Amino acid sequence: MNTSLIIIFAFAILALYLGIRSTRGKDINMDEFAVGNKGFGTMFVFLLIAGEVYTTFTFLGGSGWAYTNGSAAFYVPAYICLAYVLSYWLIPKVWRYSKKHNIISQPSYFASAFKSTSLGVIAAILGTVALVPYIMIQLKGLGIIVSEASYGAISPALASTIGAIIVTIYVIISGIHGSAWTAVLKDIMILLVIIFLGLYIPYHYFGGVQPLFEAVQSSAPEKLTIASSGLSISWFVSTVLLNALGFYLLPNSFTVALTASSEKALRKNAITLPLYTLLLLFAFFIGFAAIIQIPGLQGSEGDLSLLRLSIQTFDPWIIGVVGAAGLLTALVPASVMLTSASIGLTTGVYKVVKPNSTDRQQLLVSKILIIFIVMISLYFAINGSDALALLNILSYALITQLAPALLFSFAKKPLLNKYGAIAGIIVAVTFVFYMQITGSKIATFFPNVPSVINDISTGMIALIMNFIIAIVVSIATNGLIKETEDEQLPTTGHSVADELAVTKED
Amino acid sequence: MKYIKLLLIIPFIGMILCLPLANRIEPYVFGLPFLLFWIVLWMILSSVIMTIIYKFDPDNKEGEA
Repeated sequence: MNTSLIIIFAFAILALYLGIRSTRGKDINMDEFAVGNKGFGTMFVFLLIAGEVYTTFTFLGGSGWAYTNGSAAFYVPAYICLAYVLSYWLIPKVWRYSKKHNIISQPSYFASAFKSTSLGVIAAILGTVALVPYIMIQLKGLGIIVSEASYGAISPALASTIGAIIVTIYVIISGIHGSAWTAVLKDIMILLVIIFLGLYIPYHYFGGVQPLFEAVQSSAPEKLTIASSGLSISWFVSTVLLNALGFYLLPNSFTVALTASSEKALRKNAITLPLYTLLLLFAFFIGFAAIIQIPGLQGSEGDLSLLRLSIQTFDPWIIGVVGAAGLLTALVPASVMLTSASIGLTTGVYKVVKPNSTDRQQLLVSKILIIFIVMISLYFAINGSDALALLNILSYALITQLAPALLFSFAKKPLLNKYGAIAGIIVAVTFVFYMQITGSKIATFFPNVPSVINDISTGMIALIMNFIIAIVVSIATNGLIKETEDEQLPTTGHSVADELAVTKED
Repeated sequence: MKYIKLLLIIPFIGMILCLPLANRIEPYVFGLPFLLFWIVLWMILSSVIMTIIYKFDPDNKEGEA
């Protein structure tokens, strides 16, 4: 065992201890397990939402993308920032409705807002399908980080497995509380490490940030602007918009929003989080420095640029700290994702199948599901081979298809009904899968389209189809909804907007 | 002040619509290539704009008592 591996293990054990200890003296029921009884203050919510930003993707993917694709990597801070801007308006509405109806998961939100258990089931399945690649990315990233940082003393597969076991134990014991406490440790570590690396490396090798970029400009100027085709401006813009919309639709972010104790906490966080996201700059500095210092990493190997450059630069004990920070950036987001995926399936599917199940039964089912989801994710993490960022994009392409249903749930008039919402989602998701599996682009069907259109991301095209279909089907089936509602409910159904208006007057 | 939240559109315009104009390396600003500076600038301005909205947002006045 070498120095860095000892440091990494020490932090792994500390995270496990904090995670387990976090619920001491608390009686854990579903609400407490899933969203901390909606009682988290600004600080915890901040750290948990920021946890989504500072995942292994930041650590490996952020620098990796800058290394491989140059400025295209800037799409990450751009979409995260705009997601927060959007959230200032959007998320308090979701929170208010959920508080009133005692909702603890995204599928329950959709089921309740559209009075449709089917939509809840679809949201639960879609959420899980989007999250599994995400959890897989975390576990895979964890394996890479620990293996590299231990100078190969431990294999990526073994490291991923150990990480998966740690996260499973503390999530099963503590639920979202475990995530909140480990998030504190994680954010302190990642702040220290990324700022240190991001400043030390440019100054050490180039004498400053501007000299670093000037060196890149003279050897590879194409890395410093967005390309004219492929990862072009239209790719950039469509991906940023899609991901900004999808950010809070990922069940983990949605869940975290529900843990807040007040709307104000959510708004305050929306204000400060873009500044916190600026830290991604440092990851980019490292990626750009690696272009000059360690050229020749091919394809998904680019994800290793941060670690390889660090290993070339520093002593083993610093590498141990870097590896520990990397480990935590995988554990915390993975734990939130696991909790939200399992709660989503429990509330969206299990409760529909067994409506009379007790709180205890639901909690048990959630915990079994956690183990199940971890095992699937771990399997793919060890056996899959795709680069991190591509999977990240597919997750967003899928989950963002819930956007029409979410946005229209606030509409004053019920423009979208459950049939429309479901039809839109099914068509769009099928389209995303078809395009991904067959490797198609728009040019596959229309060979003469200019690259401005061909480069628009698949998820965005699917989303546009989704909106159109949802509205058309809603208009066509509105009569149907009226009839069934007249039969079942003599009083008119309340839309989310009605209820929000009522709550405000209270 | 009911429509103050419409200001939230400004960061989208700055970050996305104006991007083709900012897609260049020079001039360097604060040591950053212009494109990266532009994105950083809008991250900071997003925060500033939301702070202004927060100050005037009638939703924050409720439940303060």
